[in-house]
Amino acid sequence: MNRIDAVFAELREKGESALIPYIPVGYPTVEGSASLIQAIAEAGADIIELGVPYADALADGPTIQEASLQAVTNGVNLKACISMVQELRSRGLQTPIVFMGYCNSFLAYGLEALAEDAKQAGVDGFIIPDLPSTMAKPYVEIFESKGLKNIFFLAPTTSKEREAAVVDQGQGFLYCISVTGVTGERKSLPEELPAFVKQARSVTNLPLAVGFGISNEHHVREVSEYADGAIVGSALINVIRQAAPENVENEVRHFIQKLKQATRKEVAPI
Amino acid sequence: MSVELKAQVEGFFGQYGGAYVAETLIRNLEELNREYARIKDEPDFRKEIADLLKNFVGRPTPITALHRLTASHAGAKLYLKREDLTHTGAHKINNALAQAILAKRMGKTRIVAETGAGQHGVAVATACSLLGLTCVVYMGAVDAERQAPNVQRMNLLGAELHLVHAGQKTLKDAISEAIRDWITNVEDTHYLLGSAVGPSPFPDMVRDFQSIIGDEARAQILEAEGRLPDYVIACVGGGSNAIGMFNAFLADPEVKLVGVQAAGEGLESGKHASPLLKGTLGIIQGSLTYMLQDADGQILETHSIAPGLDYPGAGPQHSHLKDTGRVEYTSINDKEALLAFEELCRKEGILPALESSHAVAYALKLLDTLPSDALVLVNLSGRGDKDLSQAIAALKDIKQSEVLV
Repeated sequence: MNRIDAVFAELREKGESALIPYIPVGYPTVEGSASLIQAIAEAGADIIELGVPYADALADGPTIQEASLQAVTNGVNLKACISMVQELRSRGLQTPIVFMGYCNSFLAYGLEALAEDAKQAGVDGFIIPDLPSTMAKPYVEIFESKGLKNIFFLAPTTSKEREAAVVDQGQGFLYCISVTGVTGERKSLPEELPAFVKQARSVTNLPLAVGFGISNEHHVREVSEYADGAIVGSALINVIRQAAPENVENEVRHFIQKLKQATRKEVAPI
Repeated sequence: MSVELKAQVEGFFGQYGGAYVAETLIRNLEELNREYARIKDEPDFRKEIADLLKNFVGRPTPITALHRLTASHAGAKLYLKREDLTHTGAHKINNALAQAILAKRMGKTRIVAETGAGQHGVAVATACSLLGLTCVVYMGAVDAERQAPNVQRMNLLGAELHLVHAGQKTLKDAISEAIRDWITNVEDTHYLLGSAVGPSPFPDMVRDFQSIIGDEARAQILEAEGRLPDYVIACVGGGSNAIGMFNAFLADPEVKLVGVQAAGEGLESGKHASPLLKGTLGIIQGSLTYMLQDADGQILETHSIAPGLDYPGAGPQHSHLKDTGRVEYTSINDKEALLAFEELCRKEGILPALESSHAVAYALKLLDTLPSDALVLVNLSGRGDKDLSQAIAALKDIKQSEVLV
């Protein structure tokens, strides 16, 4: 079984939802990146969403834009991201890893070569925010042939007809965008979110992970009540930004542990 | 029907175009596609646009034959299509008004737009003021500084202006911020994109709304000269004025079409804005097209003295027209454009935008190589009031460096 499917199956048994942190490769520094990602995994991440740095991150808010740009400035490209996964796997990391990146990084590398190299390195799938399911056919065919998962988005604006098409193509899990907007921390989650996830649930058996605006353990707990996973990006980056450089790993561990705890239901189902 | 026209299937021009955008935006693009297809041929809609273009914008704009600049080319004739004479001073108003009317008919109350040179921003602010729509304009901080008069005009017209400090602080970054605004405000907002770029259906829609330029010019030159021109020339940034002009001539194989990109400090300097000459295939702001990018797919910085040309991607239809060979793309550098800017003022009494000066400069170069009975039509896409301080300073620099040599 693919690592992603295995994790969701295991969590379902335990009655937990998946914690899916996002971090760009090479952020905040290239040297510290591998051990920071490992720390995130050890502290409780169930799946890691590794950002492939892109300087024009159209679907992202200021926090991830800046982090992504810094990683680009640090000299990190897709090749370096693939090497990073190789490095992490050779250190024994078993956590599923998905690449989050923009179409043009992947196109520039070449889709066939990417599928080959990513699979070899130990990547499990792709999240591509500017690749809607309608444009995705060539990507899906190439990635699927290597057993790589294509994770698609559902937005609050996705129509019923489209929902069916997205669900048809979806693999691994579906990324439910909590709000109309870009990534970034928010004070509270939208009231419509439970109904939106419930609607998605009625048309698919795929696990549903919620992202955009998930900022703290309270949000993670709330989302865990009705979804199978919570994706946390900007809030994690803000923890890193606010930590003293020598304390980054500790602060990140602490933050991830707190979020992971919130994915565990208080009364475990038998 | 030409090959180019038949190739336009579902938002693609050959392999170019598409809609590579966030899932959140798909509903809006589908709605826009559907509503545009439904409304575009309604007599009522056509009439509302036609009335405003006539009575508010001042169309049709004339074509003007040059006299003194072409005096040394006995017999050859150069006509300018005078989009500089439209209300607000550039072709941008054709598309801004039509899209704003469409948005209003779709029930939208708020318009967001990007602007580079400020001409599109002014046009959108004007259309919103006329139609009673809320107007939000994103403009790169660098562009705002070099186009101060347009900033003042937008403010006066009641637009809410947001300066963009991200990236290179020019047109590309303004478009990105406008798209992010649209992702956030999907219900009440229409994104009024000003060039023939971005996700489908924008490249089609902008071309359609700008095609009045070529439709008028074709009829006017036939009336004046009794024949079609040998060459039709326009500058190409994103490419809206060019596609609006070329569209009427695509099916006339005897008319040579030339798109002029900005060579900035030279095509080999790396400081230019010529994706159709130096770019490679990639996805930029929702569209698969020729773009300036590095080996990792990061968008490269661009340079042009003309802010409206200072953009790293070309409209997808231009990429297709380049591949099919129907349009020839070439370039003019900053200096050549500045000298043409001055020449047209001195000898013909016309103050062109720096963007349009690129097309004029190429036409003057071309004229030297043409037979004496040649007929050339240039789209003068806008007027140059907005460029005065920057152009005058740059011309002074050119003259000083020539004295030193």
